[in-house]
Amino acid sequence: MISGHLLSAADLSKEQALNLLATAKELAQITDGPNKKLPTLRGKTIVNLFFEDSTRTRISFETAAKRLSADVINFSAKGSSVSKGESLKDTAQTLQAMGADAVVIRHGSSGAAKRLADTQWIQAAVINAGDGTHEHPTQALLDAFTIKQHLRPGSKDLSGIKVLIVGDILHSRVARSNILLLTKLGAELTLVAPPTLLPVGVSDWPVKVSYDFDSEISKCDVVMMLRIQLERMADSFFPSAQEYSRRYGLNSARLSKLAKNAIVMHPGPMNRGLEISAESADDLKSVIIDQVKNGVAVRMAVLYELLGGAPLGDSK
Amino acid sequence: MINIINAKLANGDVVDVQINGELISKVSTAAGTKIKKAIDATGKMLLPGLVDLHTHLREPGQEDAETVLTGSKSAAAGGFTAISSMANTNPVADTAGVVEQIYRLGKAAGLCDVNPIGAVTKGLDGEKLSEIGAMADSIAKVRIFSDDGKCVSDPLIMRRALEYVKTFNGIIAQHAQEPRLTVDAQMNEGSVSARIGLKGWPAIAEEAIIARDILLAEHVQSRLHICHVTTAGGVDLIRWAKARGIQVTAEVTPHHLLLTDDLVENYDPIYKVNPPLRTQKDVMALREGLAEGIIDIVATDHAPHPTEDKDCEWHSAAFGMVGLETALSVVVKTMIESKLMSWSDLVNRMSIKPAKIAGYQQQGQEIAANQPANLILIDPAATWQVNPKSLHSKSKNTPFGGMELPTTVIDVFYNGKQVVANRKLVDQE
Repeated sequence: MISGHLLSAADLSKEQALNLLATAKELAQITDGPNKKLPTLRGKTIVNLFFEDSTRTRISFETAAKRLSADVINFSAKGSSVSKGESLKDTAQTLQAMGADAVVIRHGSSGAAKRLADTQWIQAAVINAGDGTHEHPTQALLDAFTIKQHLRPGSKDLSGIKVLIVGDILHSRVARSNILLLTKLGAELTLVAPPTLLPVGVSDWPVKVSYDFDSEISKCDVVMMLRIQLERMADSFFPSAQEYSRRYGLNSARLSKLAKNAIVMHPGPMNRGLEISAESADDLKSVIIDQVKNGVAVRMAVLYELLGGAPLGDSK
Repeated sequence: MINIINAKLANGDVVDVQINGELISKVSTAAGTKIKKAIDATGKMLLPGLVDLHTHLREPGQEDAETVLTGSKSAAAGGFTAISSMANTNPVADTAGVVEQIYRLGKAAGLCDVNPIGAVTKGLDGEKLSEIGAMADSIAKVRIFSDDGKCVSDPLIMRRALEYVKTFNGIIAQHAQEPRLTVDAQMNEGSVSARIGLKGWPAIAEEAIIARDILLAEHVQSRLHICHVTTAGGVDLIRWAKARGIQVTAEVTPHHLLLTDDLVENYDPIYKVNPPLRTQKDVMALREGLAEGIIDIVATDHAPHPTEDKDCEWHSAAFGMVGLETALSVVVKTMIESKLMSWSDLVNRMSIKPAKIAGYQQQGQEIAANQPANLILIDPAATWQVNPKSLHSKSKNTPFGGMELPTTVIDVFYNGKQVVANRKLVDQE
């Protein structure tokens, strides 16, 4: 059981994380059946508070909440009171007054979810759905779930699995959450990026760092490609999209060097032709669609545990 | 006439002091005799009033955060008899008119000297020199010029400013921050920023400007003051410059002597400040630099902000901390309790030296007959818990809230007038 909030992958002990994955697996089996819906969170109100556009994450949380029979309110900053200058505090207090039980927050400011949880602005459980360049813990959970599903279905954790995370580590909340969670579950991580896209201080992280994709590609079980934002080019993090793609993109040549059972992951949305070629994205090794599917199950598990749903057995 | 008996001075002497009008009329070895209505200072210390060269008073323009009056109250409560208001008001203090307004408001408040600092460039835009001469000639007699809050980043403008103020022995106080290396910077760049995903403000962005400006100051033989040094590397550069005989002085804030960047971990904007909190290694280097005299003075960088500018998420929050009322206590905690400095050193770094750098002749003087009676009586042994709500500043953004700190300010005499009595501001008519 987890309690309170889910703000960072660091909030979870190894045992809690594994339990969440087990719950997600059970929920996935139930929702694979003809009746996808469970009554466990009936009467609970979950607010999707999205200050940044993210259709994928929002509909994933929305689907998860609805499958558990919660009421879902989608609040997006665009065209709302926020665009008229309302502060996060006032928005939070408004949601509190409306009786939100959980707030799923996506915000451009690192730490926004933590602030929501630490202040007295709102009493609801807070789930971080991505805060600035900090973390995205449910993405890490769904990635762990997907890796386990494909590479370690029978075992306890992810011991010995070699994961490459490739791309813009500096600005990536997906990378930060994955590093925390996957290392906790026993995986061995290597980050591959140009030095401009690695944070100063990366040497303190429990990972290996490489600037050379080609020397690492054949040694991994998982290659996780990160989305590259095109505005990084304007800031001279790398000279051109073509050069980035040549040095750090997953193309057919690199795909062919992957180990036989290795899998290709991407948190989406993809820039096909930039960090990942169409052939790689659509290859049999690609589990990108599974990631999306598993996202719903993992988010159901998180909502279920945070909002104290009735034991799973009762809902069957 | 005010008599203070049995007061211990920073050098350890125990004296009786008599104040007559605006001056100290007599200082003698404590006679041990009772004098009617005298302030018995047994066990307390009498020091010259503290002098701050870096204070944001927010008036004109942001009176919801602070005014010259509320800032003066905060200063008096903290033991300051002189403060220096930074130029980043609205309108900017870049003309004689604005600095004279601030100067007059300070006189009207009557709780401490309020000496305006003038902007180096018009509107702090970094492009054209402001009316430096007019401000120097005004009744405010401005001698320190600074674009603080922003760096004078154009090397040519910085060179011209350094040269120009030589006319009247002025000084340029530089906020050392290379702007291109700190676009959207939020906190110290290092291990903590990497982990918590806030954009880094690297030490090098401060050091690069310090290095450039000490070389400029040497080249044009002018006086340079470095505001709020925060990095170990900065201390090394200033040590090098002083060894070469370059006319550079430097300040450190109390918060940079005590707090480190790991406090940012919870994203509480109370710790959001520019320049940012650095690492423990930097803190230790700053303490050593101050003890050694490489860093000449302590300056508060008192930066008031209204509640809503801190009661929000990190990125929306304003940079800055209030500091006038905690400065003395934090310096005692970090420098005296650690035995890095003596009380005489503290008086030097917080009163004598800042007054000398700025040319404040009524301040930072020896406690002796015929000197201006700018004095504070403190209880070095007392401790107090910082309660933000009890601060006299209009703003409550202190990072020391809840902390137990040493030393309280009991009485403050400003030009012979008692403005703080028994830890309370005296009602001024």
